[in-house]
Amino acid sequence: MFKEDKIKEISKDREAWEDKFNKTSAKISDKKERFSTVSDMEIRGLYTPVDIRDSDFQREVGFPGEYPFTRGVQPSMYRGRTWTMRMFAGFGSAKDTNERYHYLLSQGQTGLSVAFHMPTLMGYDSDSPVALGEVGKCGVAIDTLRDMEILFDGIPLDKVTTSMTINPPAAILLAMYIAVAEKQGVDKKKIGGTIQNDMLKEFIAQKTFMCPPRPSVRVIVDTIEYCMQEVPRWNTISISGYHIREAGSTAVQELAFTLADGIGYVEAAVERGLDVDSFAPRLSFFFNAHIDFFEEIAKYRAARRIWARVMKERFKAQNPRSWLLRFHTQTAGCSLTAQQPYNNVVRTAFEALAAVLGGTQSLHTNSLDEVLALPSEESVTIALRTQQIIAEETGVVNAIDPLGGSYFVETLTNKMETEAMAYINKIDEMGGIIAAIEKGYPQNEIAKAAYHYQQQIDSQEKTVVGVNKYEMEEDIPVDTLKLSPDLEEKQIAATREMKKNRDNDRVKACLDKVRDACKGSDNVMPHILNAVKEYASLQEICDVFREVFGVYRDPGMF
Amino acid sequence: MDSEGKTRILIAKPGLDGHDRGAKIIARGLRDAGFEVIYTGLHQTPEQIVIAAVQEDVDAVGLSSLAGAHDHLFPRILKLMEEKGAGDIVVFSGGIIPDEDIPWLMEAGIKAVFRPGTKIEEAVNWVKDNVKPRR
Repeated sequence: MFKEDKIKEISKDREAWEDKFNKTSAKISDKKERFSTVSDMEIRGLYTPVDIRDSDFQREVGFPGEYPFTRGVQPSMYRGRTWTMRMFAGFGSAKDTNERYHYLLSQGQTGLSVAFHMPTLMGYDSDSPVALGEVGKCGVAIDTLRDMEILFDGIPLDKVTTSMTINPPAAILLAMYIAVAEKQGVDKKKIGGTIQNDMLKEFIAQKTFMCPPRPSVRVIVDTIEYCMQEVPRWNTISISGYHIREAGSTAVQELAFTLADGIGYVEAAVERGLDVDSFAPRLSFFFNAHIDFFEEIAKYRAARRIWARVMKERFKAQNPRSWLLRFHTQTAGCSLTAQQPYNNVVRTAFEALAAVLGGTQSLHTNSLDEVLALPSEESVTIALRTQQIIAEETGVVNAIDPLGGSYFVETLTNKMETEAMAYINKIDEMGGIIAAIEKGYPQNEIAKAAYHYQQQIDSQEKTVVGVNKYEMEEDIPVDTLKLSPDLEEKQIAATREMKKNRDNDRVKACLDKVRDACKGSDNVMPHILNAVKEYASLQEICDVFREVFGVYRDPGMF
Repeated sequence: MDSEGKTRILIAKPGLDGHDRGAKIIARGLRDAGFEVIYTGLHQTPEQIVIAAVQEDVDAVGLSSLAGAHDHLFPRILKLMEEKGAGDIVVFSGGIIPDEDIPWLMEAGIKAVFRPGTKIEEAVNWVKDNVKPRR
């Protein structure tokens, strides 16, 4: 970005400055021998134009809304439109969660995000024996279309967009959402939202899995293909690094494994014969916002640049919308502490700020009590207000990519790109991400990083305020949300009642069609849609998947 | 130390919850400290965990739960262990366990509850002090 003779001059001046600094350093030396990010990436004390001498402004940095999108996906960014404030919520029954959604929308939230309880996430109904003790605990219980109708009661699906964190049964929840929209008189071509539908990161990190990787990816490609024609405003996969990071990865690993998963999906869809430009614009991403401020900002900037290059150069996408890495961010649950929980408000604010400075399209801010239990209404409100303060008080939205051009941030962005590409190349050499997962490669890299970080905490090389430094004797004074004790019983009764009263012959016929589609090469989506409309339950459809595709078991590596 | 004399620990993940970061860190920490560690992997039913504990002849079972199902799953595991004549296996736990649940879990027979923020060393030392080979 600078002329060669200027770089030489700066290099010389820098050396002189360092000499001078070293002479006085007997007096004020660095506190530590080595400074590093939360991911243990070493950071030097000072960055200058010399560090980005090989960067070409137009090629590496450029302009917002233009290739390679380092500075953001839209030309106007938050001057044109603030990010979507999307708080993840779900607990108890569909009715409880529906009330929370009405509350959040009345408080200025602009999109919904559904948290499902564990049995739904894993493809079981509330009345299954394995669901005992889990109903409604970590999210909302959805067994049949009836629950989904209650969940979105009074919420116009042509006006709000909805993100659903759902993976093995993603196709089923999407079908239920379409069915609810149709009952509201809203055409499926008009609804907008996202299903997470990212099974690869489940095997790598989050571990809600059902069938083995290859058939799982086949069903994902079915949803991509179906939505291209039938639900064109739907984001078909939210390719997620969030859970990879929560499982203890470094920032580089989060970036690399997420993009490698993305490459895996694009390859699978292209192999199906789909034109890359027909589906790529509907792929979206989901990243973590961890506590290391600049590392995170660099991660988002590098992510956009790598993806743009991969899509254009590797997959030969022509449509500029295929090159865009649009992403949702959630602040890091794993950075929150049970100790001195009010400090979590501060952590979340810094993390949210990093996401905004990194150019996120939507954001969930964690509530201060999330490490203890499901968040209370009061703590969710503080978390939402945190975003509103960033958007409307701090002024950080005024200029686009305000840290672009910082010697440090540009250097870190380049470093993120280089190191992530090294991982991606290694995965390619292994035969792609599915082969790498089958070998346990990303899983092991993450487990190593998580253990290393914990050792750094234990040795106080890294500080967590209130945990390994500045500890206090305390009674944790937070009021947490309590669920009604008869919830499980009621949900089970309602689902059993539904299974008794529907037309069971038609349900069986629909499930047979789903089975045939799974066994053959028919797209499963239209058959699932027919089945859910007859109130076939989530588990009944998942049982068909399990029967045809088999069940994936955790290899239990550590 | 030959494996005969080694204390054997089963780290188990009951229920549907997939948060295995803590369980894996503890498994590694105990292994590095010289224990023989078996990890069940995710999504285990109480029955599967108790069968594994008995078959592997372990001296202790560490249960990890982060999604709120401990209140149903932990007592069930303790009851099944009792029924299988394995009531002398030490059971400890960790994860997201609300404060108000700790007293009754301890009363039910869980010998320790490690909260988020516990050092590896702290858990390892507790195991060293409280778990002895049963053979």
